[in-house]
Amino acid sequence: MQKFDRLTAVAAPILTDNIDTDQIIPIPRMLASMRPDYGAALFGNWRYVEGDQPNPSFILNKPPFTNAKIVLAGENFGCGSSREHAVWALMGFGVRCVIAMSFGDIFFNNCFKRGLLPVVLSPDLVRSLAAEIMSTSEAHPITVNLVDRKITTVEGTEINFSIDDGLREILLEGLDEIGKILKHELDINAFQMRDRQLRPWIYEATPAALRQQMAVATGSVITSEPIKR
Amino acid sequence: MTPLTAFDKIWNLHVVKELNDGSVLLHIDRHMMHELSSYQGFDGLRGAGRRVRNIELTVGVQEHILSTDPGRNEDSFAPGADFLYTLRQNTQEAGIELVDFRDSRQGIVHVMAPELGIALPGATLVCGDSHTCTVGGIGAVSFGIGSSQVEEVLATQVLPMRKPMRMRVVFDGILQPGVFAKDLILYLIGKIGAGAGTGYAVEYAGPVIQDLPIEGRFTLCNMAIEMGARVGFVAPDDKTIDYVRGRRYAPTGKSWTAAESHWRQLTTDEEAIFDREITVDTTLIGPQVTWGTSPQHVINVDGQVPDPQSISDPETRRNAEQALAYMGLTPGASLIDLPIQNVFIGSCTNSRLDDLRAAAAMIQKRRVAAGVRAMVVPGSTSVKRAAEGEGLDRIFIDAGFEWRESACSMCGAVNADKVGPGERCVSTSNRNFEGRQGPNSRTHLASPAMAAAAAIAGRIVDIRKLGV
Ligand code: SF4
Repeated sequence: MQKFDRLTAVAAPILTDNIDTDQIIPIPRMLASMRPDYGAALFGNWRYVEGDQPNPSFILNKPPFTNAKIVLAGENFGCGSSREHAVWALMGFGVRCVIAMSFGDIFFNNCFKRGLLPVVLSPDLVRSLAAEIMSTSEAHPITVNLVDRKITTVEGTEINFSIDDGLREILLEGLDEIGKILKHELDINAFQMRDRQLRPWIYEATPAALRQQMAVATGSVITSEPIKR
Repeated sequence: MTPLTAFDKIWNLHVVKELNDGSVLLHIDRHMMHELSSYQGFDGLRGAGRRVRNIELTVGVQEHILSTDPGRNEDSFAPGADFLYTLRQNTQEAGIELVDFRDSRQGIVHVMAPELGIALPGATLVCGDSHTCTVGGIGAVSFGIGSSQVEEVLATQVLPMRKPMRMRVVFDGILQPGVFAKDLILYLIGKIGAGAGTGYAVEYAGPVIQDLPIEGRFTLCNMAIEMGARVGFVAPDDKTIDYVRGRRYAPTGKSWTAAESHWRQLTTDEEAIFDREITVDTTLIGPQVTWGTSPQHVINVDGQVPDPQSISDPETRRNAEQALAYMGLTPGASLIDLPIQNVFIGSCTNSRLDDLRAAAAMIQKRRVAAGVRAMVVPGSTSVKRAAEGEGLDRIFIDAGFEWRESACSMCGAVNADKVGPGERCVSTSNRNFEGRQGPNSRTHLASPAMAAAAAIAGRIVDIRKLGV
């Protein structure tokens, strides 16, 4: 998972309320293949017209917002299903931070599995941030500083935000669930050492172990079948 | 010493570490993977530059998005090809054992894992599939996990878990003729509801369970998830030990002796306390058939589907009305003699040798009724071979059933085997949800014997009236 400490980037205001995960990544685009291009699928219903032609009036198709790494959003952003794909789509496009008036619960939690920072600001603050951004025609970036819990606007105003300490730490350290578990790796090693004595059968006669023993016994090299495609 | 349930004993043995927040890191002894739900985990590992920690505790198998056509290949069901190749590549790169669909060990993951002795009593086993609880039939603590957990197990061989509450369901009484494990579990879910097991690990116990063959125990445990319980199991006993002994990957020699005496200790202590206890009098249970779109929508075959007007709770009433409308049934109707167009004998619930025997016994040289498509899909390639060894395939084929290769098939319509829109299917699988067997399909869950009898009659029948 990617760390997040500070980010200075273009922010794209998409202030519609209740943008659900099906809008963030439409299902047909999600199931088009085993691994669709999540970034290309982001806001698929809005970003494209007539199949895959960029919709010139959608903000993410208009410079400088084609490079947006921050999204400004309205109420209840990411409501709907539990699909983590919505987070993958935003991050696939390059978005690392969403500043919204409020978030869908599951989406909010999913953000921390991949390294997307969700920031909650009051509706007034989100609107004034958006207004500042839209009043300039150039690519004026804003800065989101998770270390100091501060946003610096285009005009240099500082806005404080709050975030749960534990969640902040996950992002600052780039720790995902696996990273957290692996902090206990020595315990896992010790458990398995003990367990091998206590319950040797769990580790002994498994398919992979038997195949290996067979290979050693017959002096053959283990080769797996070539993948045919 | 505090008296413990069998579940507590197994759980405690697998606690690697207790964490501050009340959860534990639980060691996973066996990680089974299939082609539909494992590649996301490998993608994640690759993205993070991580390796599979214990390849020897991990096994892949191809069985979900797979054609059941005799002579099938990767492209027989085209949309599955990418998934099959990807599992092959992922397991090969990591050095994980793969049971390819051409392998004689192949089968639906929950059928082949215990059949081969990969799943063992007292072990923890996970798979990215909700019916992993099936393997509880031999006293394993087995449960389904999501994509991100697949990745966690691959990388760490443990899972952060909170201990579920304990429930015991005691089955006591006489098992009436024509009543099978499938009827016991459908009846139970009908009584306590599809959500009653949520948050629990369920132990099945009592005289009826003691007498139940291991294959029936698998059926019972398989549907624990249909009442919301992630774990369902039967504590190991003589039957369990006999079942496991001599299996391909079961321990041997000294290891076996040690394992056997260990497993024999994994029973529930006399005084152990459960968070919830339920007793079921099996004498009351007849052959069960579902009428609606949840496994809890179930009645004795000679009963009547409910009349929503008589249900006082508005939410339940609306549910029942919706289910009846979807199923094309009138309130208060009888299911007996309801014409059907499909019969599916298969799935991880009911596709083992005993199931096929029970189904074949109903045929008695008669033929599948005109206008009915009936298929038998053995749960594993070895079940298929064993059935052929007994001549069951001939009985089915001569009667007009399709005799197919092992895979999930019509259970979840993840390959070409589907029930047509508006058509009815008597199915030995586990879910009668809307659209589960194909868009607008209508599923009636029942035992293999009931399904076979329906195929012959072309309608739902009460097997007790057939005098077999
Ligand atoms: S047979 Fe059905 S329930 Fe069982 S694993 Fe396959 S799709 Fe799932």
